Amino acid sequence: MEFIDYYKTLELPKTATDAEIKKAYRKLARKHHPDLNPNDNAAKVKFQQINEANEVLSDPEKRKKYDKYGKDWQHGEEYEKARQQQGQRAQSSGGSYNYNTSSGEDFSDYFESLFGGAGGRRGSQPKYRGQDIQAELQLTLQEAYATHQQTLKVDKAIRITVAAGVENGQTIKIGGHGGPGANGGPSGDLYLTFVISNDTKFKRDGNDLYTNITLDLYTAVLGGEITIDTFDGGKVKLMVKPETQNNTKVKLKGKGFPIYKKDGQFGDLYLTYQVQLPTNLTEREKELFKELANKK
Amino acid sequence: MEKEELISIQQFCTHYNIEFSFLDSLQEFGLLEIVTIEETRFVPIEKIKDIEQFMRMHYELEINLEGIDAISHLLRQMTSLQQEIITLRNRLNRHEEE
Repeated sequence: MEFIDYYKTLELPKTATDAEIKKAYRKLARKHHPDLNPNDNAAKVKFQQINEANEVLSDPEKRKKYDKYGKDWQHGEEYEKARQQQGQRAQSSGGSYNYNTSSGEDFSDYFESLFGGAGGRRGSQPKYRGQDIQAELQLTLQEAYATHQQTLKVDKAIRITVAAGVENGQTIKIGGHGGPGANGGPSGDLYLTFVISNDTKFKRDGNDLYTNITLDLYTAVLGGEITIDTFDGGKVKLMVKPETQNNTKVKLKGKGFPIYKKDGQFGDLYLTYQVQLPTNLTEREKELFKELANKK
Repeated sequence: MEKEELISIQQFCTHYNIEFSFLDSLQEFGLLEIVTIEETRFVPIEKIKDIEQFMRMHYELEINLEGIDAISHLLRQMTSLQQEIITLRNRLNRHEEE
């Protein structure tokens, strides 16, 4: 466990006055506060460090102890015992609406060693909402296609309904399933981000699907009927126009991906025809092609 | 809005130990909608998280209401841009796979 230089954290000299500590804390807190840096874990960690430094340096008793024993944190416990024997107790320094992202478990091991589990924190704590939890749910594209139930394990098992059409990277909020509140405060929320993998022959862009269809030369030239697979496992018969060019795109309306939370509505399916030239031609076939070539 | 989805301002301010005027100011800036039913004023329960965030900005970070208004606007823009990034990233993935 390493010594933490709280003065360095708040970018202050050791001679800093209470007013300077308060000013430095406010300045850095505004910069790194999680409310102003949503979804930024680096800012959250930095803010916790700033908060911890302020917790120590803004409390005269803690600051005195830190200045005396800071580098020899192992002696902190001995100090604490001696202090308790003298019947002294840490008193509330009163004051501000002290932000904490969770139920007070965000201090470093160093802090806990020096000041104990609760850190001798202020007596009358206001109620705090529990910490919001971020989690990821891995889905396949097939799973994202249909509304279904999933069971998540975040501390406890939660059964959720995943609506069809959810997008890769999309985050939903599940209220009240985050960390427990402190001092009787409400629980935080669970923010669930969907990570969707795709090993199908279809590519997704929003609600639309894209796929390539291989056409043999003769169907492309003369036209004809083909049957293609749709994403839901169905089959669709299509008429290919004569003289269809390579890379021709065809739209199948309503055969794409379900639109999120819009029952019965779907995006479109785009087909790209890839014309495949014949190989291993027989002598007769070669002659026929030559004949065709000579007619041009 | 059903009454079960609301919390009275009196109850809210007592619980959080804040002045009524703070919520009034949020309303003036368009950051909060206060609902009046039979002369009792309420805030929607679903807005509590937002109000808590405004409280932290105001009471802990000493940001005034003008600042909170500007920050809220920028955060909304940021959320919208993040959503756009997700959509564009997914679209880019499709082209990279080709």
